[in-house]
Amino acid sequence: MTIKEIQDSIVEEFSMFDDWMDRYAMLIEMGKECPIIDPQYRNDNYLINGCQSRVWLHAELKDGKIYFTADSDAVITKGIINLLIKVFSGQTPADILAADMGFLDEIGLKEHLSPTRSNGLLSMVKQMMLYAEVMNNN
Amino acid sequence: MNHLDIDKIRKQFPVLDQQVYGKPLVYFDNAATTQKPLCVIERERDYYLHENCNIHRGVHYLSQMATEAYENARKTVAQFVNARQAQEIVFTRGTTESLNLLATSLGQLLVNEGDKVVVSAMEHHSNMVPWQQMLMRSKGELLVIRMDKKGVLDLNHYEELLKQRPKIVSIAHISNTLGTVNPIKEMIAMAHKYNIPVVVDGAQSMAHQVIDVQDLDCDFYVFSGHKMYAPMGIGGLYGKMEWLEKMPPYQFGGEMVDTVSFEKTTFNKVPFKFEAGTPNVGAALGLETAVKFIQSFDRQEVEAYEDELLEYATEQLANIEGTRFIGQAPKRNGLISFVIDGIHPYDLGTIIDKMGVAVRTGHHCAEPVMTFFGIPGTVRASFAMYNTKEEIDIFVKAVERAANMLK
Repeated sequence: MTIKEIQDSIVEEFSMFDDWMDRYAMLIEMGKECPIIDPQYRNDNYLINGCQSRVWLHAELKDGKIYFTADSDAVITKGIINLLIKVFSGQTPADILAADMGFLDEIGLKEHLSPTRSNGLLSMVKQMMLYAEVMNNN
Repeated sequence: MNHLDIDKIRKQFPVLDQQVYGKPLVYFDNAATTQKPLCVIERERDYYLHENCNIHRGVHYLSQMATEAYENARKTVAQFVNARQAQEIVFTRGTTESLNLLATSLGQLLVNEGDKVVVSAMEHHSNMVPWQQMLMRSKGELLVIRMDKKGVLDLNHYEELLKQRPKIVSIAHISNTLGTVNPIKEMIAMAHKYNIPVVVDGAQSMAHQVIDVQDLDCDFYVFSGHKMYAPMGIGGLYGKMEWLEKMPPYQFGGEMVDTVSFEKTTFNKVPFKFEAGTPNVGAALGLETAVKFIQSFDRQEVEAYEDELLEYATEQLANIEGTRFIGQAPKRNGLISFVIDGIHPYDLGTIIDKMGVAVRTGHHCAEPVMTFFGIPGTVRASFAMYNTKEEIDIFVKAVERAANMLK
């Protein structure tokens, strides 16, 4: 699936809930399904700054596509990073760099995008883009 | 004296009467900042409507009025903490600025190369980092009073540290993470036996306890206005006159000078020599009104009510499975810090926020405390005189619901 198609399906999934609690319950579920980072990368070098909880993110380039793994000590944060992983993992660096992140608005996570939010969604997106940029140049 | 009528008090705080995410707001983040009563808001507004003027230098009517009002505010604050004279109160932006002032100025006066300063293991970063940075420049050493797992300072260890002849002791009156009320009177007396001056960080105590600096015999007592119903941007530093007179200025320019030439500058007298630049006059008048607001109640009655809230919240939270209180000192005040086993404080805070409950989560600007307890942070609920048991019920239910979702 393309990034756009994945985003659309996530939007559809989230649109079934009008209650914020269900949305958070969904994020919590997603947190539990996060592809977990290899313990050797669960260290400060892979830590994303700007979050109240700790988030580790690793990226690997295989056959021209990036595969992300992550972990967090907070389950909502883990859900958010997994949401991004679902969108970006298995895509080419060029496609990731060109992605429009507007879908976050549509699933009601816009409030989390502000740089003042403590969960660091913005930092996570930036870090993924940074990986894509570096891997695009290689 | 007003009898404690919480409904009537709440009417003074319009901000409390609102909904967030469609739920009534429960504001339990008072240790971060308290809300402001109408009288304080109106006082500051009035100043800008009718009295605004720069102080101390104008000969004209408004300037004289503003100067007088500002100096009256100083008197009110001095009397509130029972200082010997109004000049012993220096207005600052708040606790952090007061502590930076002391680390710089008192540091310059007393701390030479290799000297030591004592703080405690439960300090807010603001009462640790300024000393630490000053000591890095002077190649000195920061000595840290140990605490136990209940959040009680080890006074035997403190005595040991005093024997190392530190130049300054700086300790919190009430811990902002643990709620521990430290035995500061005793600790001050212990330091004085070695002729060591003591700075007390009163950020968390001014709104809740009666402070008598003469009775405590502290050398300095610092505080923030915004944590005691006053506006942001104002706070203070009480200092014994003999210290303030000896200390060099902290910042330069504006009202703090006496005579100036390109060769030399002499400085104004205490407290003006510590108040460089145009002060926050409007906020100082708001602080004065906040002090009068606090004084309009029976302080013992307020303290007893706030203790009752603390006790009730502690009891109710303890019923939730896996709750662990961080900070179980026998004497606590104003706040509860806790974690629930297996749940990150950030997750808990995020969910209960959606239920209208405002608490603080994280390390509360006291990372070493979190490291000591081996946790990433806590959830902290902190109370003010306008909070109620009904709000605690909503809060506890929210925590319970969130915990069920997150487990």
